[in-house]
Amino acid sequence: MRYSLTSLIAQTLSGHTGWKPQWRDAAPKADYDIVIVGGGGHGLATAYYLAKEYGLKNIAVLEKSWIGSGNVGRNTTIIRSNYLLSGNIPLYEFSLKLWEGLEQDFNYNAMVSQRGVLNLFHSDGQRDAYARRGNMMRLNGADAELLDRDGVKALYPFLNFDAARFPIQGGLLQRRGGTVRHDAVAWGFARGASDRGVDVIQNCEVTGFDIVGGRVAGVTTTRGNIRAKKVGIAVAGSSSRVAAMAGLRLPIESHVLQAFVSEGLKPVIPGVITFGAGHFYISQSDKGGLVFGGDIDGYNSYAQRGNLPVVEDVCEGGMALMPSIGRARMLRNWGGLVDMSMDGSPIIDRTPVDGLYLNAGWCYGGFKATPGSGFAFAHLLAKDAPHPTATALRLDRFLSGRILDEKGQGAQPNLH
Amino acid sequence: MRIPCPFCGPRDINEFAYSGDATLTRPADGEDMHDYVYLRDNLAGVHKEHWYHAAGCHAWLTVTRNVSTHEILDAALAHGATS
Repeated sequence: MRYSLTSLIAQTLSGHTGWKPQWRDAAPKADYDIVIVGGGGHGLATAYYLAKEYGLKNIAVLEKSWIGSGNVGRNTTIIRSNYLLSGNIPLYEFSLKLWEGLEQDFNYNAMVSQRGVLNLFHSDGQRDAYARRGNMMRLNGADAELLDRDGVKALYPFLNFDAARFPIQGGLLQRRGGTVRHDAVAWGFARGASDRGVDVIQNCEVTGFDIVGGRVAGVTTTRGNIRAKKVGIAVAGSSSRVAAMAGLRLPIESHVLQAFVSEGLKPVIPGVITFGAGHFYISQSDKGGLVFGGDIDGYNSYAQRGNLPVVEDVCEGGMALMPSIGRARMLRNWGGLVDMSMDGSPIIDRTPVDGLYLNAGWCYGGFKATPGSGFAFAHLLAKDAPHPTATALRLDRFLSGRILDEKGQGAQPNLH
Repeated sequence: MRIPCPFCGPRDINEFAYSGDATLTRPADGEDMHDYVYLRDNLAGVHKEHWYHAAGCHAWLTVTRNVSTHEILDAALAHGATS
């Protein structure tokens, strides 16, 4: 145990000058067996599980900035596995099971809080769709509960049940869903990987791939050339740019997703609630801020900030659902790059370049998948075969026709 | 963002619907559609894209925009454009 009441008191008395860094600030070596491009949640989890579950050594994680600077520190911290398609649910449910044991597993307080995720419905058609989704979840081993109006009222009496346009008829509740302290996920995986010998290398941007005879031989970086037998890409919104350096075009567009936090309030929202008549979802952080979000802005973007129409749209959704938050002030908002795939589902697969693997296309929902994605990507890198929960997440599914389009929107990334 | 519509002048982004990369060329009938439908260059920097002025004059526009800064450099009618 590194941290205890005793260590906290001792550090307090000595002015907090003795805390040690949690992981090694490694410098790149010339040669690795496996290089992971991208030190976000998914990349760090991949390295952690490669070392822990697959017993591999000599692994590096290359991060162009600092650990926690990307989407792992920008999301709205929700975990859930309430998907519809049999190709998607197994990985998200696997991930949720990993969340349930994660803190014990990597010995870090990630504040995993299974406070329940409730998706509201406002019409008969939407109720039927959620009933079907709940059935699909249960068939795949996830938990789901269909609540009627009174059931929702017992949980959240302050919602706007009798709104003239969108009266609340009920909701689909996943009690095992919830929230997680997102930064601690990055730190826990980084420390766990580093302790097992993984080099977590910050401020090291990959600038190209060394490909010899159709096989990856290494990467060029801002900190020198690194040879590698296998390379895994896990760079979210930058997937297309990184893959382009290996000569690949991906079925992905990069978009901006905004998130919002209000001033701190006393505890008011115990779980996670999503509005069914507009795109709005909300939870309350342990510090008291209301954490909420909505749609992506809807146009290609690498700016990491969004525009005002979505701010207005999200706040309107919030006011329609729970007018009581109208007097809370919005404290801050920010944007993150999301890798929107052409069918709204992720990719964990080999690429046409031998030894080069891709983990991408998580759209606006990658955080919940962090441990499962890392585990499945580690499996792929270690065994050269897909993890049993990720067999449908193929890069070539757009060619084969086995697409995973949860919404049935077609190849329109801004509508997924 | 405000798009300078050739008919309506500078208008709020909220009036427009987005339709993606304007540099793609639809293959002839019978040819392989996969790359056209599913693959994108998706690079940072200057991007040519289609916008539809849904709450305005209903014109389809080819907008040149820097996706790294959201700066809009040009907006022209898509009708008659070669790409």
